Amino acid sequence: MTAVEDPASAVDLPPAKEVGQARRRKEDARLITGKTTWTDNMVLPGMLHLAVLRSPVAHGRITHLDVSAAKERPNVVAVYTGADLAEEQGSLPCAWPVTPDMVNPGHPSIAVEQVNHVGEAVAIVVARSRTAAADALEAIDVDYEPLPVVLDMEQAVQEGSPLVHDSTSSNTSYHFVFDAGEAGTGSDTDQAFADAEVTVSRRFVQQRLIPAFMEPRSVVVQPSGDNYTMWSATQIPHILRVMAAMVTGIPEHKLRVIAPDVGGGFGGKLQVNPEEILCLLIARRLGKPIKWTETRGESLMTAHHGRDQVQFIDVAADRDGTVKGLRVRLLADMGAYLRLITPGVPALGAFMFPGIYKFPAYRFECDGVFTNKVPTDAYRGAGRPEATFAIERIMDELAVELGMDPLEVRRKNWINAEEFPFTTVAGLEYDSGDYHQATEQALELLGYDELRAEQQRRRESNDPVQLGIGFSTFTEMCGLAPSRVLGSLAFGAGGWEQASIRMLPTGKVEVVTGSTPHGQGHETAWSQIVADQLGVPFEDVEVLHGDTAISSRGLDTYGSRSLVVGGTAVVKAAEKVVEKARVIAAHLLEANADDLEFTGGKFSVRGTPGAGVGIQEVALAIFAAHDYPEGIEPSIDAEATFDPENFSFPHGTHICAMEIDTETGFAKIRKYACVDDVGTIVNPLIVEGQVHGGLAQGIAQAMYEEAIYDAEGNLTTGSFVDYLVPAASDLPHFDTGNTVHAATSNPLGAKGVGEAGCIASTPAVVNAALDAVRHLGVTDIRMPLTPERVWRALHGGGDGGDRAAQGSNAYGGARTTESGYQEAEQ
Amino acid sequence: MIPAPFAYARPTTVEEALQAIAEGGEDVKVLAGGQSLIPVMRLRLAAPELLVDLTRVEELRGVREDGDTLVIGAMTTHADVLADPLLAQYGQLIVQATETVADRQVRRRGTFGGALAHADPAGDLPAVALALDAEFVLVGPGGRRTVSAAEFFVDYLTTALEEGELLVEIRVPKLGEGWGVRYEKFNRVAQAWSIVAVAAAVRRQGGRIAEARIGLTNMGPTPLRASATEAALVGVDVSMETVTAAAAQAAEGTSPSNDLNAQADYRQHLAQVLTRRALAAAAGL
Repeated sequence: MTAVEDPASAVDLPPAKEVGQARRRKEDARLITGKTTWTDNMVLPGMLHLAVLRSPVAHGRITHLDVSAAKERPNVVAVYTGADLAEEQGSLPCAWPVTPDMVNPGHPSIAVEQVNHVGEAVAIVVARSRTAAADALEAIDVDYEPLPVVLDMEQAVQEGSPLVHDSTSSNTSYHFVFDAGEAGTGSDTDQAFADAEVTVSRRFVQQRLIPAFMEPRSVVVQPSGDNYTMWSATQIPHILRVMAAMVTGIPEHKLRVIAPDVGGGFGGKLQVNPEEILCLLIARRLGKPIKWTETRGESLMTAHHGRDQVQFIDVAADRDGTVKGLRVRLLADMGAYLRLITPGVPALGAFMFPGIYKFPAYRFECDGVFTNKVPTDAYRGAGRPEATFAIERIMDELAVELGMDPLEVRRKNWINAEEFPFTTVAGLEYDSGDYHQATEQALELLGYDELRAEQQRRRESNDPVQLGIGFSTFTEMCGLAPSRVLGSLAFGAGGWEQASIRMLPTGKVEVVTGSTPHGQGHETAWSQIVADQLGVPFEDVEVLHGDTAISSRGLDTYGSRSLVVGGTAVVKAAEKVVEKARVIAAHLLEANADDLEFTGGKFSVRGTPGAGVGIQEVALAIFAAHDYPEGIEPSIDAEATFDPENFSFPHGTHICAMEIDTETGFAKIRKYACVDDVGTIVNPLIVEGQVHGGLAQGIAQAMYEEAIYDAEGNLTTGSFVDYLVPAASDLPHFDTGNTVHAATSNPLGAKGVGEAGCIASTPAVVNAALDAVRHLGVTDIRMPLTPERVWRALHGGGDGGDRAAQGSNAYGGARTTESGYQEAEQ
Repeated sequence: MIPAPFAYARPTTVEEALQAIAEGGEDVKVLAGGQSLIPVMRLRLAAPELLVDLTRVEELRGVREDGDTLVIGAMTTHADVLADPLLAQYGQLIVQATETVADRQVRRRGTFGGALAHADPAGDLPAVALALDAEFVLVGPGGRRTVSAAEFFVDYLTTALEEGELLVEIRVPKLGEGWGVRYEKFNRVAQAWSIVAVAAAVRRQGGRIAEARIGLTNMGPTPLRASATEAALVGVDVSMETVTAAAAQAAEGTSPSNDLNAQADYRQHLAQVLTRRALAAAAGL
């Protein structure tokens, strides 16, 4: 038996710092045992259910729409068409007009005269049960006059292409340019290319992806007089409230939005959805609670997609490998409409194409292109994975061109540790890091030399299974964002975050955050931060979020911003609490506030150990308010709003070792090692989890996932049978590590980790596959690396993508438009 | 994702089941494990008026011996198959293929007979049953009959089952001494259907191959036998050379489909590679 610890000595020991502890998540016991409140769990008295009839054609005029039979179906309360709602539905918002002349044709929540993508809402049934609503959809009679379907971006931007929207003069929504020469952050790009000894040009395809969050979207709207409460499976209750108020005309103060437990998002729930607006409109009409929950099929078909770019990238360099210039031209598929930040996703990427390299010259151009597909929008990384892929792939191509080691080319050009803070050619000031250190650690973790030796052996013996090693030395911008910077990019909101701390009489602490978790573990991380800041037990902290009536101000969770911006707001609020409490403590201790020190949750007079008062005792004292100083309010609660002055820049080195079975084309990751620098780590377990999840999604883009439309614009990957999300059994063990270089833009020193794995891994995987088979004549393989594509690239040349996708993909058939984009430009 | 309305019967004996089917009218579907039927009903690609659920028919579940034959009840789940001692001893080809079926949850509900009666050429078990020359015992209003695997698989998702008939058991020969087996499956993610798969059973006698049975998954509208390869192997020495030469004929007579995962010519190439690998493993090379 151990002796009972002497309480007196325990008090004197400073408690272990919570920040840095691998705390198990507070949320998980409840979440994984199903004691949850998903939006679809909501049951309200008199609640009606909404089902949506969706267009089976990608582009067409509605010539006939008869809902009368559906109205007669059992338990149907009402049926509405676009015509019924045309006057009040407004347009779904696009908050990011990236250029002043960007063309936005508007986005109805329900089609009125014309449908522009498969899955667009055409009619809605409101019934007393979900099943009755679904059954009645079958009784609706619709005829469409088909219009030519626009699917291929390279064709869509050609002169004479059929238009997605009659009201526009072309399918190009905008032409966004960033030119470092003109911006004053770099030299003239054309000159750099003219002077360079070597140039390498490539065309990469970022396939269309589906966020595929676990919890389907769901929304419940409850009217109460002229007030409305909306529960929604959303990442952005605060933004949704503002936007829904603007779209519907319901005054903002009459609308409360709640994001209860939300099961994943990956950017897919960073949206103002048509169905959210429709539920609000119908609840207003009928005065009854309305629920809509999507099916998985609806989710894959109609929730916004991600990526979908054709990238033309050129790099200029000297023979010794020193890079001289970078030129990027993108075609970015908007889909049929501009949703919340559809046009901004590729534009955000514009600043990340230079990666970690010291390019003296850089020019970026992007055309946002309309097609008859579901809109694209944020998906984990949003612009940065695309940029990272292109630069990390072309650095390998440059190395091949120069006959250099891919790592050597990187070393020659990356920013050295002593050069931070470093202002890049894109005008961003990178805060901190050490690319060399991360790379060395990652090589060690991988067992690099041994694998290179094995690769050599396999080549020499002509082994049917070849081995390759691929790198991605990436950085990304996180902590979105300095509000003034967002303003300069025409983003429709700021980038601050808010927190408040409520000290309860019993000494317990309520933290209200404007960040809205949907799986990230805010409750745990915020508790750790507050435990340290206030010196209270981890268990004494409760984190409240996701309800605009509780958390009145916030900008929600996306872009790896929560800890960096929202966590900092918590720190700032806690500092205010301590300062307010210090005044009261001084009063209670009959000391001067300046003489008090605050450690371990306790105020004591400097140099007078023993005597003191805990902040939790102060909370009770000020609740009673019997004895406090004149001239102050009887409260130590505080709130803070934090607006960062810069982004934060996580970085890392990811290395993939890939086996390619040359007989079948099957690609298998042999080993994956990565060292990430995400700044100061609040909870290593959460960081590890985020890295693992990010890797899974980034590897999935490289190897498994692709949203494919057929020639008529039907999504052929409309279920998880065909849209391949990998499971644990399909992924390798991950060897992960960290270096720590604190961010300089926030007091936590945190940089953000939510997207790192997803951004970094994709090019490492593709580079590894190419490294395995480049000696066999393969120069590119289209993502995802399906066995057939790899096999065709090995045996037929090309990137394997065209044949495999023939007749079933927007990019399919012969590559008739390989040079189309350049021709269109001339 | 919500099925159209349907009536539901849950018999406890084969007799009751046959009666329910007979009385059910035009549009009856038999529900075994539901792993294929329920999804298509939810997508409203199928909308039967009556669903006859066999999960309570105990007599259809389990594995027994009958001399040199194993008799597998149609409602034996994949999980039952994997746990069965008789199959572990004499039915390794079935066990290996069943291990690759979808995921654990599906294997818990999905059934051996259901997978065969569904007759999806991308399913793993039809090619195994064909390779083993399994016999299918069907019971209907007109009595009991037995059809061979070659007769049972008629076309894409089409079997020799007549209206009102039930598949009750499947009889497969015990593979004992001298036999080696391998189910070689090729797919992109673990829970996916086969792009192509090869079920091979090889009986060795001394240094020679006495007999080879090869079933091909997803190489046509029905499971197929690689007959040319089988014929080429009889009596040859066990060696990589003979196996490779024979496997080169594995795609003869096949007519695979084109889909998102593979075009026909790639499938035919895969069939050759996978046949070689399956044979090599089965022959102990």
